[in-house]
Amino acid sequence: MNVDWFAFTPWSALAGGALIGLAAALLALGLGRVAGISGILGQLLAERPARDGAWRFFFLLGLVATAGAGALLGLPVAGEAPVLREGAAAWAVPVVAGLLVGFGSRLGGGCASGHGVCGLARLSPRSLAAVAGFMGTGFVTVFVVRHLLGG
Amino acid sequence: MANLLSLLAGAVFAVGLIVSGMSDPAKVLAFLDLAGRWDPSLALVMLGAIGVAMLPYRFAMRRRRTLLDTPVHLPPPAPPDRRVLAGAAVFGVGWGLAGYCPGPVLVGLGAGNPAAALFVVGMLAGMAAHARWGGAGKTSD
Repeated sequence: MNVDWFAFTPWSALAGGALIGLAAALLALGLGRVAGISGILGQLLAERPARDGAWRFFFLLGLVATAGAGALLGLPVAGEAPVLREGAAAWAVPVVAGLLVGFGSRLGGGCASGHGVCGLARLSPRSLAAVAGFMGTGFVTVFVVRHLLGG
Repeated sequence: MANLLSLLAGAVFAVGLIVSGMSDPAKVLAFLDLAGRWDPSLALVMLGAIGVAMLPYRFAMRRRRTLLDTPVHLPPPAPPDRRVLAGAAVFGVGWGLAGYCPGPVLVGLGAGNPAAALFVVGMLAGMAAHARWGGAGKTSD
């Protein structure tokens, strides 16, 4: 294994992670809810949205608006925007990836935040299995795309 | 009050994703690329988040009412089943293709990133597809 020590940012990773944990703790203690983005978004889209669902809208608003405010201030909030090359395939990849993430996270009952943070924080075996599963197929997918297909 | 707290939690969550670099898909892909120049940062993000959330979760799980005196909806720990494994496997392929998952891509969307917007279109369609055809049981979140 070849660690990229220049790219590795242990302190900002821990600090940012701590803030994510703090947000999860606020929702758990104050609202008794899991800070799982796919669940929050998916429940908002459900056929019969729950009547007490306004908190979901406000959580997502806080998330998106903070990112928007940072971008307006000229801060690098989302990295270098991936360049969309010409051609249908370049547009199709993010859409297809989004389809898989949207469907898979709802089927699996959570994503990197719901299972990976909140689930592991309460030591749920179900979430541990989910994290092992999506990291496993994530590793394989990147290996295939970058090293077998050379993309 | 609950809505205000929720807004604040969403904002803190976004700042956490931005500070940790997880809203940058290139950094996530660098974690998933074990055979390339590997960036272990994502593991420390999870460690930091779990470390901070663990004790508050223990406290919250033991209570029937939240600090705002509303019912607690935290699911108890459960064993894995085929649904969660299949869903996670599908999720991981999409995650590895784009470097985005639901939280970070919403930061990208807020920042006006076109690739993030395309991903969100697909993600909403995938969630709607699950709501219509995939929901034999209730998802656990």
